[in-house]
Formats: sequence, C-alpha cells, structure tokens
Amino acid sequence: MRLTGRFGRFGGCYVPEILVPALEQLEGAFLEARDDPAFAAELNGLLSSYAGRPTPLTQCRNLPGNIYLKREDLLHGGAHKTNQVLGQGLLAKRMGKTRLIAETGAGQHGVATAIVGALLGFETVIYMGAEDVERQKLNVFRMQLMGAKVIPVESGGRTLKDAINEALRDWSASFEKTHYLLGTAAGPHPFPTIVREFQRIIGREARAQMIEQVGRLPDVAIACVGGGSNAIGLFADFIDDQDVRLIGVEAAGRGLDGEEHGATLLRGTSGILHGAETYVLQDGDGQIADTWSVSAGLDYPAVGPEHAHLKDSGRAQYVGATDAEALAAFKALAESEGIICAFESAHALAHALKLAEAEPGSAILVGLSGRGDKDVGQAQQLLRPSA
Amino acid sequence: MSRYAAMFDRLGGEGAFGAFLMLGDPDLAASAGLLDAVVAGGADMVEVGIPFSDPVADGPVIQAAAQRALAAGVRVDDCFTLLHEFRARHPAIPVGLLTYANLVVARPGFMRDAADAGVDSLLIADVPALEAEPFARAMTQAGIEPVLIAAANTPNATIARIAQLSKAYTYCVSRTGITGTHAGGEFDASLSDRVIAAGAPPPIFGFGISTPEHVRAALKAGARGVICGSAIVAAAARGEDVTELVRSLKSATTERVGAAMD
Repeated sequence: MRLTGRFGRFGGCYVPEILVPALEQLEGAFLEARDDPAFAAELNGLLSSYAGRPTPLTQCRNLPGNIYLKREDLLHGGAHKTNQVLGQGLLAKRMGKTRLIAETGAGQHGVATAIVGALLGFETVIYMGAEDVERQKLNVFRMQLMGAKVIPVESGGRTLKDAINEALRDWSASFEKTHYLLGTAAGPHPFPTIVREFQRIIGREARAQMIEQVGRLPDVAIACVGGGSNAIGLFADFIDDQDVRLIGVEAAGRGLDGEEHGATLLRGTSGILHGAETYVLQDGDGQIADTWSVSAGLDYPAVGPEHAHLKDSGRAQYVGATDAEALAAFKALAESEGIICAFESAHALAHALKLAEAEPGSAILVGLSGRGDKDVGQAQQLLRPSA
Repeated sequence: MSRYAAMFDRLGGEGAFGAFLMLGDPDLAASAGLLDAVVAGGADMVEVGIPFSDPVADGPVIQAAAQRALAAGVRVDDCFTLLHEFRARHPAIPVGLLTYANLVVARPGFMRDAADAGVDSLLIADVPALEAEPFARAMTQAGIEPVLIAAANTPNATIARIAQLSKAYTYCVSRTGITGTHAGGEFDASLSDRVIAAGAPPPIFGFGISTPEHVRAALKAGARGVICGSAIVAAAARGEDVTELVRSLKSATTERVGAAMD
C-alpha cells in the first residue's frame, strides 16, 4: 500500500490475505485516476450532465433559525450515494473489471450501484439482508428494473452487516473480474479515503454556496452518520475552517440507554469490523451487537474510521437523535418547507432544530442527504393520527 | 522444541493432518467430545475456531457452526476452559487457534489466556501480513507462535514478510474464496515452492480439503500437511462419526511425495 490508510489510530486494512492484492490494485487505480485530468473530466461530466450537480443550497423559509439545506435529495438516484458510485464505477472500468457487487441496507446504495451498473455496462449483483429484501420490496424492484441481480442474504441477522459479510465473501472468490463497490466511507483501506474523496464535493459546493449566497461560512455543519459517507463528504472541506463546528448525528433509535440504537460513536467501543479499526457496537467478548434505527441507512454497528478519529481528536462532535425526534423533524420539514426528506437526513435536521432554538443567530448547514420517497410508506404507518 | 516442530520431526516423510473444529459447537459438552474424537481418529494437530458473529472468511458450514455455538451461549471464557481441559487430556498434540481480530482486541490478555490454555499457535483470519506485526509481537511475547496465510495471489514480498513474522506453519490457500468451497482437487505447487523458498514455516494447505484424494493432491503439490475443516464440521453436524472420517483422511497422508527431498 502506498498510503497509510490510518486516521489517527483508526482505519487500516484488516481483511483476509487473499483480498490484499485487490485492495492494493484499487488504491493504485485511485491514485492514478486522481492525477489524471481525463478521469476528472469524465467524472465531472457525469456528475453534472447525468446526476444533476451542483445540487442547490436552500435556505429554509419557515423553520426557525437560519437553516441551510444542502440538497443531495435532488441528486439523481435520490441521495448522495450517486456521487461516489459514479467515481468507483469509473475506477472499476479503469481496472478492467466487468462485474460490480455491493451491499445494501434499505436499498439506496443498491439502487445507486444498479444505476452505475446500467450506465457503464457492468454485470451487477447486490447483496441485501433477507429481512431488508422483504421490507424494501420497491427498492428491490428498482434494482432489478435496472438490470441488477438482488441476492437475499440469509446468514446472521439478515440485515446490512450480513450483506457486507456476504459481499466480502463473494469478492474473495471473484476479485479478478469483480469490483466491490462498497457503499460508505467505512471498510478496509482504501475505501474510507476513496469514498471521502468522491463525496467531498458535497461540502466543497456547500462551502462555496454559503460564501456566495450568504456571504459567510456556516457556524455549524450537521450531517447524519451511519457508515458516515455523507457526513465525511460534507465535513471534509470544512475541517480546516476551525470556526465551523462539525456535528455528526447518530441514530439514537429507541433511546441511547437501551440497546435499540445505532449510535456507534456514542455508545460503541474500539474494535475491528469489516476491515477497519473503529468504534463498534459489541458485547464484552467482541461479538457484534444488533442495532436498531427507524432509518435503515443508520442501522449499522460500525462507523467510518475517519469519524472515529474526528471524535477522538475533538474536531467533530457526535450526538444522537431518536426515532421520534427524527420523525418529528421529517414531518416539520414536509409541513414547513414542502420537502420530504429521507429518515436518515431527518436525524441531522432534528439536531439542527434543537440548535436553532438554542442559538437562533447561528447559520446552520444541514446535509440533506436523501429524499424520502423510500420512507413514505413507513411514515404513513408511523404518523397515522389514530396510532 | 515447540509442539509443532516436534510433530513435524515425528512425522518425517508423512504429511501432517490437521482437524478443524469450532469450539462450543453445538454446545460445550459435545464440543469436548468432538475434540477427543478427532484425536482418536489420528489427527496430528488440532485447529480450533472461537465463534465470532461476523466470520467473513468462512463459508456456510463454518458460519453455521459459529452460530450454533453462539446460540448455545458459548463465551470466549468457555472456549479457553475447553482448551485448558483438552490440553490436560492431550499434552503433546499441537493446538492452533483460528479466529477474528475483534475477539482478540476485545480481550486484554487474549494471548496470555490462550497460552495458559495450552494453545500453540494463533491465526487471525482478518489480519493479513500488512497488519500483522503488533499482533505477532504480542503472540511471541506470550509464547504463542503466529501463523499467517499465504494465498496463490500473495506476492513474494509478502511471503518474505510472512517468513519474518510467523512460526509453526504457513497456512496456504491455493485457490480463491472462503472456507468450505471445493478446489476441485487442484492445489498450486508453485505456492508451496514459494513458501519454502522464502524460508517461511512449513506449508500446510487448507480450504477445500474434504476427501482423501484432496489430501493426496495437496501433499503432491508440496504441502507438509493439510487442514480439513468444513467436511469434519459438517459431518459432526449430521451426527456422523468424525473419528472414522478423520481416520480415512489421515490414511491419505502417509504417502507424501517429495518427502525424501526435505
């Protein structure tokens, strides 16, 4: 490896030996592409003419305080995921791979991978927990419509972490022709770095838009954190702006004091999962815990290693929002601004609303990572007036 | 002399047969019985897993074994107790532990506890040579021999690193994939050649060994021994006699080709 793959004491490349050459090849392709103007031109072309970048910065008109939304919900595919699947898709082409595999929880990353698979002509296979396949039938059909094959994963708890396990197992046998298009800024080196670099366009645009539209940087930038790709994408270009507070919002689920949450940075301990040293929700023996969140995208027992480092170094602060708080923010955004956001993004907004009350003068930038179409059915159940 | 070195000495031109079992599968009492059963069948070395919730290097058979053990409430403490008792019954046989990094880092003193339980070697499936140094150091300090994996796609520079960091044996994987998938009986002789040329510990082939023919083919490809996991674990899960299975697999190790050249 040419890069260290470390963020402070976190990160690294904890994978079976057989996968190390594939990760080295990926790192090499990424570093070459980074220095190749033709790669940047092709990616930027796709981001603008296919995916719809730049996404707008929207100032909320009716919610309290000064809240600015970075509208990744308006990106093709409906979430920030599209940014990095285009980047990794082009890298896979460069490496001569013909097949993409990916894991997905609720299906957003699976849909994004199916998009790039269709666009760039890959055979695409998506691993999805059998439990999630059942819960997210519409997204399964979207993936199939775009030519991807969806494989239900029956092992373990049959959710996202099991889908990652299964994708890694597939990759151990298939890496010669297959690229594992990991969906977040987690996993073994070089994924956390690659995904951050392809997602940092979120913060880069938002920073320029704040200066242009508001005439100043935000006081706070807030994003939800599951694996952490949208948050690291929003934060990356603000890390050197010491006056901009960075806040990541984890899923507090049914409460941080119980076990039904996905708050890895708030309640986890140091460990090694899915290739990286990071914070992990686990028992005393190191067995990985089951997690819970109303939003499948935040329902993950580890977190990107750079967030673990940003937490320990104090540069970013991590807080939680419960299912109920996220749902209230989801509803408030719909009612006040006419925007239906993803449950994941609603966690970030929930904290922004608290902050807007505590410090009404602050300019608060919120990463609105995705739109809520996928969650409307669930919202209908949860918000039913009689319930 | 370490138990592994003594074993290779004793075997001379014969291949070593390693039997893998998941500790605590299907429960602690039955697991203790299975450990004795593979020894009775003639296993030269015993390799054991500590069940982990997310075993990414394992195929369906070993995954299911880990899940059965975890569902039976087996804890890491219990695994060490099992090993301690096994060691008391079988003082000479080499015992290797195969597990995952998170269980190791979650337990301060893991290496010491393993050594106290009579473990001879430790292979951490998700710690490649690239990340192995601090782990290997801790193992060596505790008196445990580090074992690393060399795969067919592992470059010579990495095998040289494996030679520096590891002892006991080199766990060779001559095909792609996870545990329990069949190699079609083909084993890569160039891998054992590269391991031996680098001065790494003796090559033991694992992954995809389930019949006496596989055992013979691996030894023919230059292995000093083999480890059979999924076939034994699956047989145990079906309630079959693992002593008989081990006996038939072990019988194929007596004809190691090229032994005269050692």
